[in-house]
Amino acid sequence: MADATVATAYRSIVLSRVAAQASYRTSFAIEVVSQAFIVLVEFAEVYVVFHQVDKLGGFSYAEVTLMYGIAVSAFGIADLVVGHLDQLPFYVRRGTFDAFLLRPLSPLGQLVTSDFSLRRVGRVVTGFTVLAVALVAVDIDWTAGRLLLVVVTPLAGAAIFSAVFVATSAIGFWVVEGTEFANAFTYGGNYLSAFPFTVFGTVVRRFFTFLVPVAFVAYLPSLALLGRPDPLGLPGWLSWSAVPVAVVAWIASVAVWRTGLRHYVGAGS
Amino acid sequence: MIVEARDLHREFVVRRAAGRLRRTKHTVAAVDGVTFSIAPGECVGYIGANGAGKSTTIKMLTGILVPTSGHVRVCGLEPTRERATLARRIGAVFGQRSQLWWDLPLRESFRLLAAIHRLPASVWQPRFDECVALLDMSPFLETPVRQLSLGQRMRGEVTAALLHSPELLVLDEPTIGLDLLSKEALRAFLIRERRERGTTILLTTHDLPDIERLCERLLVVDHGHLVFDGSLPALVSRVGAERVLVVDLVEPGPALDDVPGTVLRSVEADGLRQHLAFHPDRTTAAEVVAAVSARVPLRDLTVTEPDIEDVVRRLYQS
Repeated sequence: MADATVATAYRSIVLSRVAAQASYRTSFAIEVVSQAFIVLVEFAEVYVVFHQVDKLGGFSYAEVTLMYGIAVSAFGIADLVVGHLDQLPFYVRRGTFDAFLLRPLSPLGQLVTSDFSLRRVGRVVTGFTVLAVALVAVDIDWTAGRLLLVVVTPLAGAAIFSAVFVATSAIGFWVVEGTEFANAFTYGGNYLSAFPFTVFGTVVRRFFTFLVPVAFVAYLPSLALLGRPDPLGLPGWLSWSAVPVAVVAWIASVAVWRTGLRHYVGAGS
Repeated sequence: MIVEARDLHREFVVRRAAGRLRRTKHTVAAVDGVTFSIAPGECVGYIGANGAGKSTTIKMLTGILVPTSGHVRVCGLEPTRERATLARRIGAVFGQRSQLWWDLPLRESFRLLAAIHRLPASVWQPRFDECVALLDMSPFLETPVRQLSLGQRMRGEVTAALLHSPELLVLDEPTIGLDLLSKEALRAFLIRERRERGTTILLTTHDLPDIERLCERLLVVDHGHLVFDGSLPALVSRVGAERVLVVDLVEPGPALDDVPGTVLRSVEADGLRQHLAFHPDRTTAAEVVAAVSARVPLRDLTVTEPDIEDVVRRLYQS
């Protein structure tokens, strides 16, 4: 009962955000299209690389495109829903965050629902288009498990990216210039996750597998889809583990966020 | 008691550059052992110079800031630990921190706040209609908040804080920047709110008329300490605050140094403009004006109020 009314409160907020954005139709349309275009321009990078080489880190053009499609779709969803969290320092400076604290709802929930950047839907659409093209181009031995995996993977990836957004945004409670720091992990993680991890050095690889787990967004699930073992020797079951990793990442990121909030209200730092 | 603060402390750690690489840590006490309580239905003015610790105290009362030490209870709740519960029982207006959605019509903000507070329409709608009528908000209900004037927005903020019928209303500088008419309309509204519903009000202000009209009790803070707790007349007589009558004469006249109950502060332009200071508890502006106009013909006059900062400064010096 109580939860149902909390859901009503959040739904009202989100609907109002959508209404506010839809009132600027022309600029909205332009932004959606330009977001979609940005993804294509970014993808040109992959195209250029494969113009020079046949394999990248042991993977073909189509296989890397598959990773790219999953990564862009997952990041696009996360960016759409929680992409504005890196703006926390501005919310703090303008006093909007204090207003959140004066309302009977979770401050994190209010921050997430305070801005719903619908224009970023362009990124998601292009991402799924690239993914669809890649799925046709690569050779996958389809099983029920792999079918389920291909559906779940972008969503689990979105959850992992969202957790990174939440955790890194909390830096804004300490540092006024927190946005740049947060972006290093979110946009940086997005960039890395679109490539086979075999091209990176050990430190980068480990960091983005075990600490900021973006390897679980596209690279590892792609191995499972393609039926390939990890060239670097990680056990095969890890390729199927994006969902539990997303759960752990969320638990950890909410803990980080709460620590930041406690620091903000001054209950120990 | 609706508000209880006992030996409330709040310290901030400030890091300052000392030399080229070293940074030293300083602990600054923003609130340093403040004790007071407020009974339900009271209207209390919380005043002090900028940086005296007003905002810090209010943040601790509303659950935005944890006290470094001391005891604080609002509506019987511990503000930061029971913040969400407290949020449904108090309302707050911080002039600089808007509760409204700047990109939506004003009306939509109230609808959203009602949803956030989980108020059924039967509860908030009559309250809303009442506020709209009393604060004359219907002409701009459909205007996006970002296009509202400060006075219009402030009326919206007050309504937003009262929509859930809180027991305690906290206002931080509610009249700052408003024109005289808007100030008076807001004061009249708050007086009515208190009379009709018994809402407890705590406000910070730099505006002496706010206190005269609204508050029968004043708390004065200075450097984190509570230096006065009592009524405005008691404060004024304690520090000897003066009002000053400035008179412009029709033609240059003699120095008005013999008006009963006044002290001639200064004479300008060969006696064309003269400043007479008087204590409000010894004589009234009307008596002084009558005495002056009996002596010389007047062209214009103004009465300047003792500045709140000045009153506080005198209090601190005394």
